[in-house]
Amino acid sequence: MRLTPWLIVLPIALVTLIPVAVVVSSLADIDQEIWQHLWQFVLPELLVNTVWLVLGVGLGVTLLGVSLAWLTAACDYPGRRFFSWALLLPLALPAYVTAFVWLGLFDFTGALPTWLRENWNLTAIPEVRSRGGVILVMSLALYPYVFLTARAAFQGQGRRLLEASQALGLTRAQAFWQVALPMARPGIAAGLLLAIMETLADFGTVSVFNYNTFTTAIYKAWFSLFSLPAAAQLASILIFFVFVLALLEYQLRANRSYAASTRAATAPTRIVLDGWRGWLAAGWSLKVFVLAFILPMIQIALWSGDVFAADFDARYWEFAWHSLLLSGLGALLVGALALALGYAQRLPPGGGLRFTALHFTTRLATLGYAVPGAVLAVGIFIPIAWLDNLFIDHFGAASQILGGTLAVMLLAYAARFLAVSYGPVDSGLARISRGVDEAAQSLGVVGTQRLWRVHLPMLRVSLLTAAALTFVDIMKELPITLMTRPFGWDTLAVRVFEMTSEGEWERAALPALAIVVVGLLPVWLLTKGQDHAIAC
Amino acid sequence: MLSLADVAHAHGSKAVLKGVNLHLEPGEIGCLLGPSGCGKTTALRLIAGLETLQAGQIYLNGELIANARQQTPPQQRQVGLVFQDFALFPHLTVAENIGFGLRAWSRTERAARVRAMLQLTGLSAEENRTPHQLSGGQQQRVALARALAPRPRLLLLDEPFSSLDVDLRERLSIEVRDILKIEGITALLVTHDQHEAFAMADKIGVMNDGVIEQWDTPYRLYHQPRTRFVADFVGEGVLLPGRVVSDSRVEIELGLLEGVTAAACDGGSCRVYGQGAAVNVLLRPDDIVHDDASPLTAIVERRAFRGADFLYTLRLKSRRTVLALVPSHHDHAIGETIGIRLAVDHVVAFSAQ
Repeated sequence: MRLTPWLIVLPIALVTLIPVAVVVSSLADIDQEIWQHLWQFVLPELLVNTVWLVLGVGLGVTLLGVSLAWLTAACDYPGRRFFSWALLLPLALPAYVTAFVWLGLFDFTGALPTWLRENWNLTAIPEVRSRGGVILVMSLALYPYVFLTARAAFQGQGRRLLEASQALGLTRAQAFWQVALPMARPGIAAGLLLAIMETLADFGTVSVFNYNTFTTAIYKAWFSLFSLPAAAQLASILIFFVFVLALLEYQLRANRSYAASTRAATAPTRIVLDGWRGWLAAGWSLKVFVLAFILPMIQIALWSGDVFAADFDARYWEFAWHSLLLSGLGALLVGALALALGYAQRLPPGGGLRFTALHFTTRLATLGYAVPGAVLAVGIFIPIAWLDNLFIDHFGAASQILGGTLAVMLLAYAARFLAVSYGPVDSGLARISRGVDEAAQSLGVVGTQRLWRVHLPMLRVSLLTAAALTFVDIMKELPITLMTRPFGWDTLAVRVFEMTSEGEWERAALPALAIVVVGLLPVWLLTKGQDHAIAC
Repeated sequence: MLSLADVAHAHGSKAVLKGVNLHLEPGEIGCLLGPSGCGKTTALRLIAGLETLQAGQIYLNGELIANARQQTPPQQRQVGLVFQDFALFPHLTVAENIGFGLRAWSRTERAARVRAMLQLTGLSAEENRTPHQLSGGQQQRVALARALAPRPRLLLLDEPFSSLDVDLRERLSIEVRDILKIEGITALLVTHDQHEAFAMADKIGVMNDGVIEQWDTPYRLYHQPRTRFVADFVGEGVLLPGRVVSDSRVEIELGLLEGVTAAACDGGSCRVYGQGAAVNVLLRPDDIVHDDASPLTAIVERRAFRGADFLYTLRLKSRRTVLALVPSHHDHAIGETIGIRLAVDHVVAFSAQ
């Protein structure tokens, strides 16, 4: 039989589409009683909290990300080279780690307020465990997404256009607002959408702050009230938000061409900020860097040192082993799926319409990154439980076969992180021109021969990048791990969650430190990839 | 050696090739020359087997390799390919790239062949480098060596010099021709650049809109174009209105033209148009010679200095213009009146309709 791309793309797409369909279809048979309860007591708070969070974090990451991107991409000031990669480092810190560090430092019983009270008799300190506090912490954790995309957009512009607009009589400030910023809009919007998706998907940070959103509500409905239907119902409302974002993103991608086409090959001349302007820029960069990275890092290192002797024991080897096993298996599985999906794009799909359909299905398969982990957990658990019951009722299985196994977790990870792997693999494959394929073919090398001798060696770096990114994302992942893991099967991230939910910040620091250290790896890869841009 | 018979091809509803016929003798270098979109690359890809033939037949060494029903897969055709972007394998060294297609050879044979190819293309010093460490010209030669290494029956080159600098292009095209002649290989080249075609090819087919308008030697393409398109696409020149006087003679405002061969009208005999018929006569810049003693004069309207010579645009009494190629020590200012003389060896005319 001839291998058609559909045989590859369709099953992979189903891994994402089935959970989403299960969650959405739960809207079809609404349980009146549950709905009544949700509507009266739960939903109003969740909706208000979610809207505030999205607006606040959206504004926060835009302010931080765009200002820092502009400074490091277009200006020159003391420390600019350092900040252009250092400001990416907060990517290595999961937002829930920044969150518990801030709470530990600034909460009423935290180090700083206590010190202020005792030495200065200051009591009027703003409460950190508040809406403003969550927004601030999440903005500090998520701004690198906007920083990254906005910076790339500003760099792509080159200085030519700014010089042209200044020659046409605009001041430097006018040129920024009227030319540079509007041109970078698609890039900024792309990063902003990613940050908002992360905000909606976030479970760890909001639970640390006891700030109720859909993800925490799903968790509570499932694990405190033991009502899976209620969890599914909540998930289906959350997914509505996601659909809107995904649509926005799709449109953005379609319209992004003009931003990418103006790639400037000219060496940029930077706007030199001298004197107090330079120090102001350096101060602003340093402040963000310290608050978002240095402060949390120092704090978790100190706390880890404090509790290490008392807390570190054999269980930690188990947490670490579980984390590594899950992340390793997940990275392998997701990498393989991404490669298969990318490879399928090179098989002949047939006529024009079928090509469009294939492209669309591929997009759907990689849409999981927009779906919050809590939603995926529910959407995967329901069909698995149904299958298990089927086996027990009709095939005489003694107990559940699938539920609570690693396989279920890995499926959920695959759905959530396929896009993370697919990105590098796809762009790696795009660099292998049709000519290379045809050259190999004309020299008598086709099929799997070609895969081994040409494609895999050429894809080595892309595949490693994909695996590293996925590895770290799974390691940090919280809701899927928490909700679908085998009973009592703890990982480093789960340990952080359990310690923070008891307010034991010091004891949460040790596993958090391990996660962060591993998490620095892909950020390092990312800054290495930027090297050629930084060199100029 | 290579024969195409009535090859036709369409992309969707758009006809790209409308019946192409050509024949290459063993060891001959052929070229398909034409503007972009004329179908020349499609023809090349059909011969390589990278596209599926829809109508017609393709023969290699007298063996049918493709018709509408059956096609030999590309990897079994023993046809070498050199690509526009070279398509070198970036993860392999120069030597490994060249040896890529020699998998079935014994180790010693392979090493010897790779060494011979490195020597032939002058890349011996570069054998352990990777493609991105090479200059454009060196990459081009690796691509050539890689394609030649398995001793293909036919070599196809798709715009092989278009990504190189202009001055490199000319030198390399002569070098490549020498290499192909040493290997004694039959080759077909595709290009839109006539200088490249002239430097490389024994036979050139000028393509337009899916057909080969003329399949000929470079000399005859330039001096005896059979169609107006060929006259226009190959070389420079102007068309002046004229009148058929006899089978071999045509009259224009500058005088009576009588060439070393019979005058050609639309590639055939001028007899068909009959005496006195109105035609347009092709005048190449080298058909008009500067001669101070000549009673014929024209006014310099534009001049382009080309180093060894000037290309003058000259206005005649009728206010029509002709081009003249004049050695560069004849430096005339715009507006000056100079003497000219006709030196037409091949009289070429096209129907005035």
